[in-house]
Amino acid sequence: MQPSAHSGLAVAATPAQLAVVDAALARLRDLPGALLPIFHAIQDELGFVPTDSLPRIAEALNLSRAEVHGVLTFYHDFRTSPPAPTVVKLCRAEACQAVGCRSLEAHLHQAHGAAMGSTTHCGALTLEPVYCLGNCALGPSALVDGKLVARLTTQRLDAIVAAAKQKAAAPGGRS
Amino acid sequence: MTVTVYVPRDSAALSVGADLVAEAIAAHAAATKQSVRIVRNGSRGMLWLEPLVEVETATGRIAYGPVQAEDVKALFDSGFLHGQPHALCHGKTESIPYFQKQTRLVFARIGVIDPLDTAAYQAHGGLIGLQKALALAPMAIVDEVIASGLRGRGGAGFPAGIKWKTTLGVNDSQKYIACNADEGDSGTFSDRMGIEGDPYALLEGMAIAGIAVGATQGYIYLRSEYPDAKAVLLEAIARARASGWLGSNVLGSGKSFDVHVRIGAGAYICGEETAMLESLEGKRGVVRSKPPLPAISGLWGKPTVVNNVMTLMSVPWILAHGGAAYAAHGIGRSKGTLPFQLAGNIQRGGLVEVPFGCTLNQLIHDFGGGTASGRKVRAVQVGGPLGAYLPASKLDLPLDYETFAQAGGMVGHGGIVVFDDTVDMAEQARYAMEFCKIESCGKCTPCRIGSTRGVEVVDRIRSGDRREESTALLRDLCSTMTHASLCAMGGLTPMPVLSALDHFPEDFRKG
Ligand SMILES: Cc1cc2nc3c(=O)[nH]c(=O)nc-3n(C[C@H](O)[C@H](O)[C@H](O)COP(=O)(O)O)c2cc1C
Ligand code: SF4
Ligand code: FES
Repeated sequence: MQPSAHSGLAVAATPAQLAVVDAALARLRDLPGALLPIFHAIQDELGFVPTDSLPRIAEALNLSRAEVHGVLTFYHDFRTSPPAPTVVKLCRAEACQAVGCRSLEAHLHQAHGAAMGSTTHCGALTLEPVYCLGNCALGPSALVDGKLVARLTTQRLDAIVAAAKQKAAAPGGRS
Repeated sequence: MTVTVYVPRDSAALSVGADLVAEAIAAHAAATKQSVRIVRNGSRGMLWLEPLVEVETATGRIAYGPVQAEDVKALFDSGFLHGQPHALCHGKTESIPYFQKQTRLVFARIGVIDPLDTAAYQAHGGLIGLQKALALAPMAIVDEVIASGLRGRGGAGFPAGIKWKTTLGVNDSQKYIACNADEGDSGTFSDRMGIEGDPYALLEGMAIAGIAVGATQGYIYLRSEYPDAKAVLLEAIARARASGWLGSNVLGSGKSFDVHVRIGAGAYICGEETAMLESLEGKRGVVRSKPPLPAISGLWGKPTVVNNVMTLMSVPWILAHGGAAYAAHGIGRSKGTLPFQLAGNIQRGGLVEVPFGCTLNQLIHDFGGGTASGRKVRAVQVGGPLGAYLPASKLDLPLDYETFAQAGGMVGHGGIVVFDDTVDMAEQARYAMEFCKIESCGKCTPCRIGSTRGVEVVDRIRSGDRREESTALLRDLCSTMTHASLCAMGGLTPMPVLSALDHFPEDFRKG
């Protein structure tokens, strides 16, 4: 198995996941510069890009496996293992630093066990770094499952972690 | 009578609850049987007042903000639908000094109309530039842009018209317009607000560029960090095609121009134009050596105009009003206006479009009201993560490309990030190296290895390990990165590092 681009073990893809990959390939393979759109389409549905789907992507696009793997691992966005049901992308960049994002990062680590790029002790929330969300006048900012949130505090982060736990516990919560 | 109420859909407004406010207004109006039409506009850029709700009255639009869903009942009770006073009322939006003191050319429509409303776009001056361009010869369009003095807003400040002229001069059956919407610089959000607030202006600017240089295809490379902008943009493209503004017969001219969107994947270096082209082609975002210039051999080897969102969004105004009218604003060789972005520790953060030549002090204090914390301004970073840190004593410089460069700074994309006196500048220097290490494309050693060494050396200085020797080593390393890097990622990372060291040496002697 290929080494993982993201922390965590690469997981063998299920037939259902490979069907998602094949559907994305069928839909997008003829686009100019199709590889990134294909990775995005797969990750949008599965939360990650299974490494054992890379051979079929390579074949469909007539690229070498090494090239496909090289592109996947070049970009910070793409994961090769599934994230927790809730993903928080916390801004680490300067405007958010100026209003205290470093202490938020430290809080998530100390109080919830999530260092950047890893998942909380409870397994409900994956924390990822992001460098600016274009919300630099209202920081600290984060994307919580794709939704932009502003003026974060440790209390609000605690509430986000609590909501993530509920979501993970609810039926259908992916994990 | 139906009252029109504006609640922004800009993502900054959404991040502080604008959707909930819109829902609460709709629900309260329904419950009390009042007829309200809610328009989801862009943002006026007074971000500390978001969600900024406006009510249309006979005397103009009246502003209320920041409004939370809990405030809605009280607003109705005090008669806000008739523009009546309330603690959150700021009077007429356009009389708020922050707004009134601006010169809004590029942002003229933003926050005023529903960004996706094609009729409102035309009612507010949209398409005039494109219509004029369609009646001109290609070189006459380019001449108008040259006359405007418009320079690239992505950072480098290269004259847009000269770039277009190069591509126009190349003979090829396929050319491209590539819009750089990667907006990677921290502390900047004008591209995002432009796309979310006036997407047709970007499409119009790209179409004008295409018609000028003979390109029939446009690509927008939009960063993945902007999901709301993506949604607006895709919808705008669909509607522009349906309206005949894009496609095989642009405004009935028989000319063809269409636009496609590609989403980035979290790599800062993909804002560098050649790395962006690689990424658009579906490859790793590794910087290309120049020459060849993209204007001659760019996307898939074809002549390609690469321009920033703000550059392209300035073009419709220039064609509509003439290059000379644009060049009448600004100072020296910095013509026109720049939408500055006030960010970080600032009381009144937001977007301020003013002519070049105003000072940082005016922006930070007169517009911005100083720090949000109420403490002293200690350092200001201008121009993104590769921009210098300036001390409070250097904020009187006029902001234009040349003056700023002479003072060791960079206007860049116009982002201004304010820090108060709790900042540790050695920590900021470390971060600059760390960021370069994370985002380096890996093509050249000074950047790839230098940034890793840079982090280690700053750590040694901060821990007091052979401090003099380590500081000398850091300067050496910066000099190598400056002179031997292929692109500005490695080449300019020393700017924040050395400016921190030069202006705030005491922070490197602690511990
Ligand atoms: C490391 C690096 C990052 C850059 N990021 C951006 C960016 O996010 N957006 C942008 O428009 N230009 C960016 N640029 C500048 C582009 O390379 C290029 O100059 C610009 O897109 C040209 O358009 P303009 O002339 O309209 O500014 C970056 C340059 C470098 C070296
Ligand atoms: S300076 Fe850095 S980012 Fe630029 S080409 Fe070299 S390694 Fe790549
Ligand atoms: S720096 Fe955090 S959103 Fe821009």
